[in-house]
Amino acid sequence: MAMDAREIERLIKESIPDAEVEIRDLAGDGDHYAATVIAESFRGKSRVQQHQMVYAALKGSMGGALHALALQTATPQGR
Amino acid sequence: MSALEFIDQQVKSNDVVLFMKGTPQFPQCGFSGQVVQILDYLGVPYKGVNVLDSDELRQGIKTYSNWPTIPQLYVKGEFVGGCDIIREMFQAGELQSSLKEKGITLRAPAQA
Repeated sequence: MAMDAREIERLIKESIPDAEVEIRDLAGDGDHYAATVIAESFRGKSRVQQHQMVYAALKGSMGGALHALALQTATPQGR
Repeated sequence: MSALEFIDQQVKSNDVVLFMKGTPQFPQCGFSGQVVQILDYLGVPYKGVNVLDSDELRQGIKTYSNWPTIPQLYVKGEFVGGCDIIREMFQAGELQSSLKEKGITLRAPAQA
């Protein structure tokens, strides 16, 4: 089962409204993506907590419908 | 012993433990394999736990850490991250310093 890149972006922005999201389809199969998420909301949080926020936004799709999402998170100045 | 109790015991009784698909000698997933390569490269002594051994373990580890994917690395009882985080930390040199801070002795690292 695959997932559309726009759907991933929509879910992330829905739950982290200040997020800047960039998604790349790595294999062109709608199943292996890399996402960079930059959000002020991440400030003061550990990497694990930042990733958990993104996973929570994806509402259980990660590890399910979404097989592989390589994730990189940062705060705006942390780029 | 339940799967969660087993996981908790592994996390607390090993300084560095990697929950992975396959074994350090034969990783069965590219993401697990990447973390194995990084740990081996740095000469980190660690224990590998193969989550493919049982469905309870495979699901349990996701519940235990509230983390949806495997591999998962724990150091001194604390969840450090999955493949992306470990790779990012390694590339930034943070993994090495964080392990040293936590008192993990690295074996002689592989010569570059």
